[in-house]
Amino acid sequence: MSANTVTKKNPLKSSAGLSDTNLLLIITISVFVLMYACAMLFLGSGFLKAQTFFNILNENAALVVLSCGMSIVMITGGIDISVGAVTALVCMCCAVNLDYQGGSILTAVLIALCIGLAFGLVQGFLIAYLEIQPFIVTLAGMFFAKGMTTIVNATQFNVQNESFQALKSTRITVPGMGAVNKLGAYVPAYVEIGVIVAVLVVIILFAVLRWTKFGRGVYAVGGNNQSANMLGINVKRTKFFSYVLCGLLAGIGGFVYFLHVGSGSPSHASGAEMNAIASSIIGGTMLTGGVGNIAGTFFGVLSLSTIKNIVSSLGLDEAWWTNITVAVMICLFLVVQSIVLARKNKNNAK
Amino acid sequence: MQEGAVLEMRGIDKRFPGVYALQHVDFTLRAGEIHALMGENGAGKSTLIKVLTGVYQKDASEIFMQGTQKPLVIKSPQDAQKAGISTVYQEITLCPNLTVAENMYIGRTAGALTKWKQMNKDAQTLLTSLGIPAQATQQLASCSIAVQQMVAIARAVDMDCKVLILDEPTSSLDEQEVAKLFKLMLDLKARGVGIIFVTHFLDQVYEVCDRITVLRDGQLVGEYIIEDLPRVKLVSKMMGKELGELSDIEAKGEAVHVDTKSMPVIEVNQLESAAGIKPFDFTIRKGEVNGFTGLLGSGRSECVRAIYGADHVTGGKVKINGKEVKIKSPLDAMKHGISYLAEDRKQDGIVGDLSVRENIILALQVLMGFFKPIPRAKAEAFAKEYIKLLGIRTASADTPIKSLSGGNQQKAILARWLLANPIYLILDEPTRGIDVGTKMEIQKLVLKLASEGKSVTFISSETDKMLRTCSRLVVMRDRRVVGELSGDDLTQDKIMMTIAGGEKK
Amino acid sequence: MAATNNLQQKTGAKKFGAMLSALVHRQIFIPIAALLLLLIFNLIADPSFFAITLAQNSAGDPVLSGYLITVLDNASELVILAIGMTLVTAASGGQDISVGATIAIAGSVVLRVLCGTNSRPDTLQAPIIVAFLIGCVVSMLFGAFNGVMVAFFKIQPMVATLILFTAGRSIAAWINNNELPIISDASFGYFGNFIPGIPVPTPIFIAALCMIIIALVLKFTNLGLYTQCVGINAHSSRLNGINPATIKFLTYVILGLCVAVAGFIKVSRFSTINYSVVAKDIEMDAILAVALGGNALSGGKFNMASSILGAYVIQLLTTTLFKFNVVSSALPAYKAVVVIILVVLSAPVVREKMLALWTKIAPKKRVKEAA
Repeated sequence: MSANTVTKKNPLKSSAGLSDTNLLLIITISVFVLMYACAMLFLGSGFLKAQTFFNILNENAALVVLSCGMSIVMITGGIDISVGAVTALVCMCCAVNLDYQGGSILTAVLIALCIGLAFGLVQGFLIAYLEIQPFIVTLAGMFFAKGMTTIVNATQFNVQNESFQALKSTRITVPGMGAVNKLGAYVPAYVEIGVIVAVLVVIILFAVLRWTKFGRGVYAVGGNNQSANMLGINVKRTKFFSYVLCGLLAGIGGFVYFLHVGSGSPSHASGAEMNAIASSIIGGTMLTGGVGNIAGTFFGVLSLSTIKNIVSSLGLDEAWWTNITVAVMICLFLVVQSIVLARKNKNNAK
Repeated sequence: MQEGAVLEMRGIDKRFPGVYALQHVDFTLRAGEIHALMGENGAGKSTLIKVLTGVYQKDASEIFMQGTQKPLVIKSPQDAQKAGISTVYQEITLCPNLTVAENMYIGRTAGALTKWKQMNKDAQTLLTSLGIPAQATQQLASCSIAVQQMVAIARAVDMDCKVLILDEPTSSLDEQEVAKLFKLMLDLKARGVGIIFVTHFLDQVYEVCDRITVLRDGQLVGEYIIEDLPRVKLVSKMMGKELGELSDIEAKGEAVHVDTKSMPVIEVNQLESAAGIKPFDFTIRKGEVNGFTGLLGSGRSECVRAIYGADHVTGGKVKINGKEVKIKSPLDAMKHGISYLAEDRKQDGIVGDLSVRENIILALQVLMGFFKPIPRAKAEAFAKEYIKLLGIRTASADTPIKSLSGGNQQKAILARWLLANPIYLILDEPTRGIDVGTKMEIQKLVLKLASEGKSVTFISSETDKMLRTCSRLVVMRDRRVVGELSGDDLTQDKIMMTIAGGEKK
Repeated sequence: MAATNNLQQKTGAKKFGAMLSALVHRQIFIPIAALLLLLIFNLIADPSFFAITLAQNSAGDPVLSGYLITVLDNASELVILAIGMTLVTAASGGQDISVGATIAIAGSVVLRVLCGTNSRPDTLQAPIIVAFLIGCVVSMLFGAFNGVMVAFFKIQPMVATLILFTAGRSIAAWINNNELPIISDASFGYFGNFIPGIPVPTPIFIAALCMIIIALVLKFTNLGLYTQCVGINAHSSRLNGINPATIKFLTYVILGLCVAVAGFIKVSRFSTINYSVVAKDIEMDAILAVALGGNALSGGKFNMASSILGAYVIQLLTTTLFKFNVVSSALPAYKAVVVIILVVLSAPVVREKMLALWTKIAPKKRVKEAA
């Protein structure tokens, strides 16, 4: 940077270049933009409406929240596959509380947060302080949450609670993004409350990871946890809090999900953990740890849900097509990531 | 506490299951001195440092720092840092995915938020003032190993430490960088910092150190002022052997001379590889010991790696005993009777969790093929034979190799390649990071192998060692071969001149 | 006199401590301890768990029945998967989470070949052995796909196999045009149930055969050494002439074969298939078996016997829970609690602490007794 270092002749000089995190982020964003642009061009009508985009957000607000938590633990080099099951458990508990126990929105929110926090605390403790493999611990967490959901209530039911219904159907209009419908009336574009929560979560976590001590610790631990320890970072505490945070976000995500579907069911959010992992990966987080970005994760969720939308608007709405396309997409992203990173490393080595 | 002492360790004990790693060791460091900590592998240097930095918990002892009455409690690297003890390890202990600046400041800044601008500015100022060729905002992984090492030192320097521990900091630096580091050390010394310097390079010890503490087998041999301890004496203290024995070993170092008209065992013609070396020629005859030399990063290892098929070969021919062969992978090379002892023991040599026995038979096993496992009894016999032959110090053949000391690991890997019974053996830095005794044993072994008719290529940064063993030296600079020395040309001066070449300094 | 006595006791305690420590540090200790714990629990709770009776099934053939038989029978698929999963784990330091989905594919292929174009044929459209072999080939191809992603594109195994995990059941449905094939030929059911005249369930034999085969393979080839080498240090394996990519790839293909066998048993049990339910969550059980066997999920050294025992422990746990009338959908919660207890007890950190505690308490106790 300073003229001094540049002019000095040195055989060890190396290029600054992009960091892995930024490189993967750029790939993700450009793929998303490209994909959406193609959809607008070739599929027309639906994708040209702003509301289509907002609907993607409405549908996937919970996934955004879950994926953020997943990304954080993945950056530390771990994984949490209990988030989907915790979401289902939160939905069921909130539903039971609202309809059978005469609870209010407040108690439901508290229940959601407490469940998430409890899972986070226990799993975090087992992983960070007892050094048990995260996959096993969260696998058990997933089984536990799944089982508990059916123990709380084995069947699906819709919540009737009025204040909840009011909250659920609250729509926040987005100024200037509306469209004129067939009858010629102006229909304003809207998002649900969950989207606001999700966006807040994304912004806050982005800031946490970028500027706080904890956030930088998360990257350091994921990069090399022995080194991080030597550098004076409390590795165990950092890991612990990342799982607590992930658990808490699973609680929040669970409530957002609940707010969107308005019912409790043991089959809710099944496979959500895999979607969250997929979103994180598409968003440029690497399972090996140390690399990832919350903004990327956000775009990862958008990419994943856009491709699902594209598939269904192509008329291939049988469930298996969605699954297969999603799989193909993950596959593509992984191969692209692996090739790009391998090439970059090769260049650096020279 | 002694007068002027900045750190005092008394009666340090450290036990691992079955062995005493440290037994009643005392160590005193004075302010403003550079204190060498010397000893062979397994002498307990690393353990002592790890106790001091809180990586290991000591079993019994007291540690005092300047200005404190009570013994210091160090339970973690953080405690050590707080007490003013900073360490730069041989292996980089930084996070490769973070930026250079972050690596310098993470884990020790006040306040919960990272002030990026301020941090980058500070880091850049410090890097510039220390002459480290890195940018504050670049990702650490994109720096060379040497620069990463220097960043680690910069971090320690910036922490205003009272005690700075440098654990083998020079093993991956070239001469220019070592000089820079020494200048830095002397600067710090003038500022009153006590520096503990662990190294295997005797020259470096006599260049910068004031005092030497010698350890052997986990026990204190003594503390000496540098002027009072000539090199030979130091070596004999470290090895626990008398002077006569040593000079005996030294004298035996006579390069083997071979018939230069005989058919070359290996003949390499314009070989080049994806690792970026310029095409080179190379020959070696039966019973010959030769070497590659050059500065760090000059392409020494890349050349032999190309011969061995470890890097992707992009052109050129290899003839073995006059017959042209295609070597596309290490397995091809092994089948043709080439063995390669890699430079990086930890990454490319040992298979850490496997036992010493499995590590020793590995190459032979691979040569015999997937469907012919060596019977257990035979494997045990092989392991026993080589453990005895090379004097590998291990609890048993079933001990995981990772729990052995560096030198013994190296011997086990050497055993692996000897067992494969090669016609051509490549030893890439076989003596790096191991003690003087083992170094000499390995040199003797090389000469013995040559006398048995094997060809050996020996790569080392220590030219004096090379001079004693090799009859011919290939000199490299900037990834190309710049000269071949043999006979009367084989002198330190001549080598240095060839390495330096036309470059004006 | 008293002093020597004391000393003897001390050394005795030390010896016992050392023995205990050696035992506790053996890898196979974990699944054995878990197995004993569960068996003792069953013995106390209800000894009838161990009863084995000879009854007649609907076809009039004599069959053995009892909880232990159920455990051995139902664990078969899991054991077979655990074999492949152990190798994959050791070599690639990761797990294949697509095995459940690929079982659906393999099963679907077998049924498709047997049914031909008609989904409810009266007679088999191909010999069973042909269907089985085609199932094996297809399954190994999918294994190879995972292997390519992991070994050649260097993608983390869990992520690479996420692809087939997501798409596998859809592919299985697509193979049979989303129809429900049913085999009416009784001989197809022999492999998942009983062969007339033999009172022991066939899957037990198949699992035993697989165990014998893998034992022979491990004994007469270097598969074990190579996979461990690759898992511990891929760099030095390469320089020693082992191609890490090939070995990793190979383990995934082997797992593919295991999946095919397991899938074959699964469809044979019911003579039909339910794409979304068949072998559901079995990947979790298989991974658990490997972990319960004390194998590091991060790869490297493995102990096959330990993994296999782990698989039986998991099935024993499932069966025990069923016996105590736990609803099948609530089963995971109980399983999770047991798993957590087992894993916590077997965690190295916890074991070290407990051992330290034991050595602290033990001598004192002895001294007290002596006094």
